[in-house]
Amino acid sequence: IANHTHPYFNVDHGYLEGLVRGLKAGILTRSDYHNLAQCDTLEDMKLHLQSTDYGSLLTAGNEDLTVSLIDHRLKENILTEFRCLRSHSLPPLSTFLDYITYSYMIDNVVMLITGALKQRDVAELLPRCHPLGMFDQMAAVGIARTPAELYSAILVDTPLALFFQDAVSEANLDEMGAEIIRNKLYKAYLEAFYKFCQESGGATKNIMCPILEFEADRRAFIITVNSFGTDLSGVGRSALYPSCGRLYPEGLRLLARAEDYEQVKAVADYYPDYKLIFDEPEAGSSRTLEDRFFEREVKLNTLAFLEQFHLGVFYSYLKLKEQEARNIIWIAECVTQRQKSKIDNYIPIF
Amino acid sequence: MNGHAILYTGVTLAFWSTILIVGICYTIFDLGFRFDVAWFLTETSPFMWANLGIGLAISLSVVGAAWGIYITGSSIIGGGVKAPRIKTKNLVSSEDIKTVIGCPIGRRTIGPASSSIIFCEAVAIYGIIMAIVISNMAESFSGTTPETIGARNYQAGYSMFGAGLTVGFSNLFCGICVGIVGSGAALADAQNGSLFVKILIVEIFGSAIGLFGVIVAILQTSKVKMGD
Repeated sequence: IANHTHPYFNVDHGYLEGLVRGLKAGILTRSDYHNLAQCDTLEDMKLHLQSTDYGSLLTAGNEDLTVSLIDHRLKENILTEFRCLRSHSLPPLSTFLDYITYSYMIDNVVMLITGALKQRDVAELLPRCHPLGMFDQMAAVGIARTPAELYSAILVDTPLALFFQDAVSEANLDEMGAEIIRNKLYKAYLEAFYKFCQESGGATKNIMCPILEFEADRRAFIITVNSFGTDLSGVGRSALYPSCGRLYPEGLRLLARAEDYEQVKAVADYYPDYKLIFDEPEAGSSRTLEDRFFEREVKLNTLAFLEQFHLGVFYSYLKLKEQEARNIIWIAECVTQRQKSKIDNYIPIF
Repeated sequence: MNGHAILYTGVTLAFWSTILIVGICYTIFDLGFRFDVAWFLTETSPFMWANLGIGLAISLSVVGAAWGIYITGSSIIGGGVKAPRIKTKNLVSSEDIKTVIGCPIGRRTIGPASSSIIFCEAVAIYGIIMAIVISNMAESFSGTTPETIGARNYQAGYSMFGAGLTVGFSNLFCGICVGIVGSGAALADAQNGSLFVKILIVEIFGSAIGLFGVIVAILQTSKVKMGD
C-alpha cells in the first residue's frame, strides 16, 4: 500500500487520531467474544463486559437488564464517542464525519416517509430515528405528499439537498416510491462521498475508496436479489446502482439483466472477491449472504488501522463499533433465548 | 479551479514571465554584461554571508524541531487519553515530584513518549550550538575593496554561509523525520508496550542524520579565519 505520510496532518487531526486509536484498542477481541459466548445469563455477560473498555456502562442505573437495554446503552456509547470526535474536529475531518452521518439521515427520512404513509404519529417515530442522522425539521418530513414537495419544502435546507437531484423525478410517494427514493439518495450520496475521498488523495484515498467500492457493489447485489418478484424491472434497477464500485460498468449491466439468484451468482463469479462471498458455504454453517458481506466489510475496515495520518480510521472505527454492538446483541439474544447452537455466528473483528 | 490554485498559477506565471521579459530585454539591448555574478560576489560583504549562515543555522533547526515536536506531541496527547502510561511520568502527580526531588534521577524512568520529544529537541540544540560556534568566528577586518579585503575573508564568509545551510537543512529534515517516527512510536506504544523500544531504534537512526549535518558544518568552518 503506497504511503503518503502527510507532514501537516497532525496540526489539525493528530489528537483525534490518537484518541480514535486508543478507543480502537478497546474493541472486543476474539477471547472476549469467547468468554461472552460461554455466559449463561445476561448478568454473566454484564460481568464480563465490566472488565473490558465498557466498564460500568451496563451497571449504571438500576433498570432491569434486558437485551434492549444493552442495545440502547451500546448505541448511546457509540453516539457519545462520535459526537465527541465531531465536535473537536476541523475541516476536512469535519466534512468527512458529516458525510458519514448523511447515510443515517437518508434512513431517517425514508423511515419518516413510510411512517407517515402508514398514518403513524410523527412523535412516535422520532425516537426511533437514528440519532447520528438528526437534522432540523425532521418532524415536518411526514407532511410532504410528493417528492418535489419534500424537496422544496424541507430537504433543500439540509445537507441531503445535494443528493436529491435524481429522486425528485419520482412521481409518487408510496411504499415502493419511498424505497426508490432511498436508493437514489444513497446512490448520489455514495458517489459524492467516493469523489470526496478520491480528492483527498494519499492514504485516505487508498483506504476509503476500496471500502466505498465494496459498499457500492454490495448495494448493487442486494438491490438485485431483493428485487426478484417485485415490480422493479432491470431498467429500473440499473438507475439505482451506485457507479463508484468495481462492478461498474460491465458487472452492473449484467446485473440489470439478471433474472434469478443463479445469474447474480454468475456475475459475481467474474470478480474473485465476490466469488468467495457468493460461494456455497460448507454444510452446517448458517452464515447468510448478509453475514458474508459484513465479514468482508469488517476485513476492509481493519486494514484502515495499518496506516497513519489519514481520515479512514474514523470511518472504520465507527463501523467496527457498530459491528461489535451487533455481535454483542446477537450473543445476548442467543443467551436469553437459550439458542446456544447459533451463538458463534458473530463476526470477530480483531 | 478553486481560489488557491488560481492564485498559485497566477503568481508563478507572473514571476516567470518577468524573468523571461527582463532576460530578453537585456539580450536585445546588449546589456548582458550587467548580469555580473562576479561583481555581486565581490561587492557583497562577507559579513552578510556569515550572518545569513548563522541565521539559517538556528532558524531552520528550530523549524525542524518545532515541526517534529508538534507532530509527536499531538499524537501523544491523543494516545495518552486511553493509555496514560505513554506520557511523561515525572510531572504528573505530587508523589512523582517528590520522587524526582528526593531520589536519584535514575530510579524514575522518563516516560517513553518524552524521549521522542527529547530527540526532536536535540535537533534545535544542534542548531544553536552551531550558530554560536559560527558566530564566534566572525571578526572585523579593515578592507573596503575586494583586493584589500583579501581572499581569506571571502572564504570565511562563504564557509560560514555554507555551514549554516548545511546544519540548518539537515536539522530541518531530521526534525520532521524524528517527529513522524515518534508519532508512530507513541501510537504503537499505546497499543502494545513492548513496541516502543523497537521503534526507538528507528528514531535513533533518524536523529543521527542531524548529527551528520553538524559534523560536516564543523568541518566546513574549521579553516575559517576572519580578520586582517
